[in-house]
Amino acid sequence: MTRVFLSLSLIFSVLFTFACVDKGANTAVAPTGDTIRIGVYGDTTGATSSFGVSTKNGIQLAFEEINAAGGVNGKKLEMIFEDDQGTPEKAKTVISKLINQDKVVAVLGEVASSNSLAAAPVAQEAKIPMITPSSTNPKVTEVGDYISRVCFIDPFQGSVMAKFAANTLKAKTAAILGDNSSDYSKGLTQFFEEEFTKLGGKVITKQTYAQRDQDFKGQLTAMRGQNPDVIYIPGYYGEVAIIARQARELGMNMPLLGGDGWDSPDLFKLGGAALKNAYISNHYSADNPAPEIQNFVKTYTAKFGAAPDSLAALAYDSAKVLADAIKRAGGTDSSKLKEAINATKGFAGVTGTITLDGSRNAVKPAVVLELAPADSKFTFKETIYPEGMTPPATTAASNSNAMNSNSNMMNTNTNMNSAAANTNTNKASNATK
Amino acid sequence: MDTFVQQLINGLTIGSIYALIALGYTMVYGILRLINFAHGDIYMVGAYAGFFIATAMGFAVNPSAFGFVVTLVGAMAIAAALGMAIERFAYRPVRKYSKMTTLITAIGMSLLIEYLFIFIFSPTPRSFPQLLPVENFTLFGNATISTSQIMIFVISLLLMGLLQWIIYKTKIGKAMRAVSFNITSAKLMGINTNFVIAFTFALGSALAAAGGVLTAQYNPKIDPLMGIITGLKAFVAAVLGGIGNIPGAVLGGLLIGAAETLVVGYGSYVGIPSTYRDAVAFAILIIVLLVRPAGLLGSNVQEKV
Amino acid sequence: MPSWVKSLIIGIVVIGLMYVLNAMISSSGFFGMGINDYQGRLLVFIGINIILATSLNLINGFTGQFSIGHAGFMAVGAYASAYFSNTYGQGLVNSLSFLGETGASSVVLIIAVAVGALVAALMGLVVGIPSLRLKGDYLAIVTLGFAEIIRIVILNIDAVGGATGYQVPGYANFLWVGVFAVITVVVIHNIVKSDSGRALISIREDELAAEAMGVNTTRYKIISFAIGSAFAGVAGVLFAHYNKFLHTNDFQFIRSFEIIIMIVIGGMGSMTGAILGAIIVTLLPEALRYLPDLQIGGTTIVFADLRLVIFALILILTMIIRPQGILGTTELGTFLKRFRRADKNTGGLK
Repeated sequence: MTRVFLSLSLIFSVLFTFACVDKGANTAVAPTGDTIRIGVYGDTTGATSSFGVSTKNGIQLAFEEINAAGGVNGKKLEMIFEDDQGTPEKAKTVISKLINQDKVVAVLGEVASSNSLAAAPVAQEAKIPMITPSSTNPKVTEVGDYISRVCFIDPFQGSVMAKFAANTLKAKTAAILGDNSSDYSKGLTQFFEEEFTKLGGKVITKQTYAQRDQDFKGQLTAMRGQNPDVIYIPGYYGEVAIIARQARELGMNMPLLGGDGWDSPDLFKLGGAALKNAYISNHYSADNPAPEIQNFVKTYTAKFGAAPDSLAALAYDSAKVLADAIKRAGGTDSSKLKEAINATKGFAGVTGTITLDGSRNAVKPAVVLELAPADSKFTFKETIYPEGMTPPATTAASNSNAMNSNSNMMNTNTNMNSAAANTNTNKASNATK
Repeated sequence: MDTFVQQLINGLTIGSIYALIALGYTMVYGILRLINFAHGDIYMVGAYAGFFIATAMGFAVNPSAFGFVVTLVGAMAIAAALGMAIERFAYRPVRKYSKMTTLITAIGMSLLIEYLFIFIFSPTPRSFPQLLPVENFTLFGNATISTSQIMIFVISLLLMGLLQWIIYKTKIGKAMRAVSFNITSAKLMGINTNFVIAFTFALGSALAAAGGVLTAQYNPKIDPLMGIITGLKAFVAAVLGGIGNIPGAVLGGLLIGAAETLVVGYGSYVGIPSTYRDAVAFAILIIVLLVRPAGLLGSNVQEKV
Repeated sequence: MPSWVKSLIIGIVVIGLMYVLNAMISSSGFFGMGINDYQGRLLVFIGINIILATSLNLINGFTGQFSIGHAGFMAVGAYASAYFSNTYGQGLVNSLSFLGETGASSVVLIIAVAVGALVAALMGLVVGIPSLRLKGDYLAIVTLGFAEIIRIVILNIDAVGGATGYQVPGYANFLWVGVFAVITVVVIHNIVKSDSGRALISIREDELAAEAMGVNTTRYKIISFAIGSAFAGVAGVLFAHYNKFLHTNDFQFIRSFEIIIMIVIGGMGSMTGAILGAIIVTLLPEALRYLPDLQIGGTTIVFADLRLVIFALILILTMIIRPQGILGTTELGTFLKRFRRADKNTGGLK
């Protein structure tokens, strides 16, 4: 009897809470007061939760900085975060909650392209601008004119590394080890292969793994037999660090190449000395002495106890781009805000100078960084510009990652670090030797 | 040839880890007929416990054999305590109810541990310190083996031997076998079944924690969700060998580890891309169960009327 | 009143109610009353989960088999129908244009449901025939294994999107989900109440005794498995055509577990229990998003971040407090009656 009563009251109280709160949220009018509500969604409990946490932190930091400086048009930015557990279904549910229940004026989110692809149509139909910090699949922004991004798209980043491998490293053969459960990884694999083949190279073997795998020696041993000049590993740092270790353990000492997914202070903690002779393409170099970058790295590290990864940096930029657009639009009218976001031009972010093109993709140069595990840092190697973008004449005025004033289109001379590079904060605390 | 040997070494390394975890599944199942879905998460807790012990005691800075042993034993003790607590507060109250009820309790426990760890320690992966220096040895040709791999083999074997000794040579082991044979009769014979069950959980959890620390030496990335897939595969290994059967769990673990790696290494020659790795364990399981419905070493119990 | 009249009236009332709700979800609203897209979405998922829970209940609750791979059959139905709709959907809608846009897409949806159900049922047979001779936990792990294999295979088929995900035309809406939920409940209810249903329950109660009484247990087990799978496929079709996007991350084994949680929390072997369970499991995690923050001293505890921890705790506590599920094997009506009676003579209920 007591049990019946207890369980029933448990269930009904829960349902009742839902009903009540639901009503409360319904009657809440769209905020007209002194805050601007921005919805943020991401995975903080699922398989990709470390990405979601970085993204959330980056946005939170940006909002706090903006609010400390007086907010946007005199109003404070308020972040409403919802967790989507890393599944497209929940991503769609939470973006709908943010838009319809919380009445946010804009949405920032998702890392995984598949989740952004599921959620973007909701934003597009509701005419609420959505900026994705780090979804790289070209299809995401094709959903509609309310969807934009601040990161590279796969075709550009994949080709950057192919060019570097063929032109700078003079590689003739390459092996690819990609994450088959990640859209990002598959995109980079495809475009790396296309470009590398175009440049006269040959991809001799392609192996795949799945996210959260812990053992890659099977794939690596299979590659070892074919002895490629370089291995391209378009994955995220968690798996990549282990791949590097296991590759070196197997006596494979060729250069390892990767993308912005490698960029994390944890990469060196996990990978250690195995990361010698490795290169990545990235949005920015933490070496860059530009004050915006150094300031971001410093405040982020102070606030969250770890240096930012590329996802945090991109999230930070997406929030700043949004705030800048709200300022330029003079308010939060969704149509004007969309126009303002899409007109973003030459915005100096920490991940480079962001200009949105006609398809609402960020066009910015990529940097190639060499990994220096001894100092736990990435050192600048060269800058590669997208087609049709002219490199700036000097570095003085711009916050571009081009640290070299005479870099040429598509092919640059390698460059030594400036002295300032040594004042680097991206130092992991206890690097394994 | 050396590639094949290399693949076999790789496969047996992860196979040993699967085997260690599978032992916990199989012991608990043998005694309670309970699929302890939280067992994979105990493996994760073991790795985290080892991480905090090693960091707090400073073993991370000065690698030594002593530090490694302390970390390993400490992690095993913490996991054993957790395993007993879970049994006492979650599984014992529902023990007498239907399979579904206990299964849901176990799933709930697994989710609870995972989400609690995400909440407390954040989902960002941590780097497990190297407690012993790593060296690579070349066997012949290109085939290499690292000290961490050798350690995994040796310690797994030691622990399995210890377990075998406990079960067949000690009084508590005899009690465990009695309880697994028939819990009611065991009780009637004066065996404190609650104690035996708690002990079984402690033993299984300690082995899983050892697996966690050993894996972390081989592959230093630990995160709150690392136990899901590994736990699931270990469970498959336990069923493959014949659930409730201890040598079966070891056999199943090694078999799945080796098969997985060989599929990754050679699958592409027969048209199986390496992405099917996670499907391989299940495919083998299904095929084996269709031929031998009680697993490789399991005995088919005649149903009582 | 003859029973068919009663059924007819109930049917009309239910469909009418759903029509009103459907109108409320649409942007124009129903006579000024509106439900926003988020709330509508939750209602749709309640419907889809009811289909999943009642169909799994047929296998686990009534036949007493132990399947924990329901998400796999859902995925099969979803992807098969999505492939159908993407390949033939637009052509069919065009050639059926004389029915109007809604009419044409409804016809295509019904065909898609048939395709999804059929493929899922076939898959159910393929999985069921060899594996149903396994008992208890062995069957459980094999169904789980099949579901994972299905997911991994789909992930590797680039024709249905692979890791990028698969766009699907949005033919389904709340009305369709509601209609199919009602159809599922009615069909499974009728199966359970029929002679065959008795046979299924006899297998659950004692398989050997059932066999001795002349029940062809293998045949009935396979039939129940195939029907359960077919309805899981229907749920998948509706999911695909409502969500308009498919990705294998939505069909991980945690979803199979979710469906089991629904039927166990509601009460195994109870139709209304499965429905109640579906409602709770859909709404509870969302409701927990609204947990307020707690200020203790200088630190803030964000309870919303703990929502999944709380969900897991509620799950464990429910199992400890009420191991047979909220309704046990009784139906809601009987349960309430007994509840009232028990209330009167205090403690008459165990």
